[in-house]
Amino acid sequence: MSARTLKGFVKGLALAAVFVLPAFAASSSGPAPAFQLAGRNGKAIDLSQFKGQVVMINFWATWCKPCRDEMPLLEDIYKKYKPMGFTLVGVNVEPDAKDAEAWLGKLAKPVSFPIAFDTDSKVSKMYKVAVMPSTVFVDRKGNIRVMHKGYKAGDENAYLTQIRSMLKE
Amino acid sequence: MRIRGLILITLAVLSAGCSSIEPWVKPYDRENLADPIMAFTRAPISQDFLDHVFESREGSRGATGGGGGGCGCN
Amino acid sequence: MKAHFTRLVLFVITCLAGAAGLVGTATAGVLPEDRADLLYFRYDGGGVEITGPSVLVRKSIGEHFSVAANYYIDMVSSASIDVETTASPYEDERTQGSLSLDFLHGKSTYSVGAVKSDESDYLADTWFANISHDMFGDLTTISFGFKNGQNEVFRNVNIDGVKVNDPNFAEEMESKSYNVSVSQIITKNLVMTGQYEVITDEGFLRSPYRQVRFFIDPFTQDTQSEVYPNTRSSNSASVRAKYFLPYRAAVDAMYRFYTDTWGVIGHTGELGYVHPLANHWIFEGRVRYYAQTNPADFYQDIFPRADYANFMARDKELATYDAVTAGISATYEFKIDRFPWLAKGALNLRYDYMQVNYDDFRDARFSLGIYGVPPDDPLQPGTEPLYKLNANIIQLYISAFF
Repeated sequence: MSARTLKGFVKGLALAAVFVLPAFAASSSGPAPAFQLAGRNGKAIDLSQFKGQVVMINFWATWCKPCRDEMPLLEDIYKKYKPMGFTLVGVNVEPDAKDAEAWLGKLAKPVSFPIAFDTDSKVSKMYKVAVMPSTVFVDRKGNIRVMHKGYKAGDENAYLTQIRSMLKE
Repeated sequence: MRIRGLILITLAVLSAGCSSIEPWVKPYDRENLADPIMAFTRAPISQDFLDHVFESREGSRGATGGGGGGCGCN
Repeated sequence: MKAHFTRLVLFVITCLAGAAGLVGTATAGVLPEDRADLLYFRYDGGGVEITGPSVLVRKSIGEHFSVAANYYIDMVSSASIDVETTASPYEDERTQGSLSLDFLHGKSTYSVGAVKSDESDYLADTWFANISHDMFGDLTTISFGFKNGQNEVFRNVNIDGVKVNDPNFAEEMESKSYNVSVSQIITKNLVMTGQYEVITDEGFLRSPYRQVRFFIDPFTQDTQSEVYPNTRSSNSASVRAKYFLPYRAAVDAMYRFYTDTWGVIGHTGELGYVHPLANHWIFEGRVRYYAQTNPADFYQDIFPRADYANFMARDKELATYDAVTAGISATYEFKIDRFPWLAKGALNLRYDYMQVNYDDFRDARFSLGIYGVPPDDPLQPGTEPLYKLNANIIQLYISAFF
């Protein structure tokens, strides 16, 4: 490898570092922003109604495949931990709630946890959603502890670990 | 040589810009872009065949491959 | 130029690899979807008929790998104008197989693959590699690709009524291509892609069969073999855009500029419109315009005399011409309850009509005749009408998504 090619590698690595910084800049902590959104069957969903519980907010959309894949697993997690003071809120980010309602209606395993419709993306912006899906873990005091970006098979184990440790508090 | 300098400057600007310019289309606004009809090539098997038909009878070749915007899902 | 480009590519790949490695653990990109397609096609025009099947299967393995395999056959029945004026009609079959592997890591996709093409007088082996990286909130995708082809050229002759390779003829050529592309999401309804590709060919670059014509005197012509340079280097750049229409449809446009060291200049423009209807149907219309505004420097329909120049060509592919292709397609999407593993099935039919008008390629059948039989009233060479070609292209294919 010539000296010039080596210089190229080094310059490349230096430049790569600049790409990395923005990713670590966006951290999630502090109180979870309050919100009030329309839910299914006309019931409004207010984040403050869940104070005292461990809340897992999942931002999803019907057009996002990993979001769709994740849904039945989220339902299992909800059913298992609900009795221990846990709740899941699925925030749908589509401008038209009808698409999500239609998709939810056709599910083989219906979803029983609350679904909120963020039709004007206000809540997504407040939570700085940067990836679809995004899952935010809020503790009993109402503070954001972790924001999990994306979903791939096996991530549910990370979810369970986080939930269990937060339930013990 | 000049091209290398140009690319270097472009990347430097892009990367510097990355920290101060926010991606202006948020992932939750990617619904239309994720629609299957928005793919540049809906059926690669058919597009490859047509590209082959044109390339084998025209003097031009290249720069026809696909790119994509991604669906914003991760 | 080549050495500099290689260094540049290595440099940028390092940037991407570095960025990918450090940022990649947080999120994952998306592999192409699993699918299987079966295509039947038929090209009919200019005396040439080509039909064949093509099969494509793509399957993901785990969360990180996707494999694709394609098998394709061209069954050619050719009585093209070149064949009619200087040879005899032939039939041939070309088979092509290709295999590719995609590896997804974080926001980067690394691909490698190989293509092998076989016909009675041409063997082509190509391998390719590609790196693709999503960045800037997934608004930008940048890709680098490299392709290398090693080809062997033979010549068929008739020995005792049997078509065999001429034992005294075996040539080679090599092709290398470098390409860069950037795909950018502009608004929530608009995506654009820019692409630049450099291709260099070296070796035996002409057809072993084609002849050029030359004047012996103003009323008499004869033919001799083509002579080509043994290198060809080309640059092409394209831009394309696709826009989502609010009532759920999409319109797209493309422009490509091409130039090479043989002097060829080509402009390609294409417009398309996709319209889904009633839950199951998708209709698409496309128009493509190609103008080759400059022929190869050494191309002429008929040369002033024998051995006129160091390089001589009469390949209409290198002439001055324009071509319009218009196409429509219909797709019917369906699901079958009995097969829950089939996420979606689609039946597709596409028809394209192509018309090519040559500005400096004449229909030599009016002077040379067909298959060596001169016409009753041969025209003076160089006064034959300019050649026009029409072709019908039909594609019928079925796709299954898993």
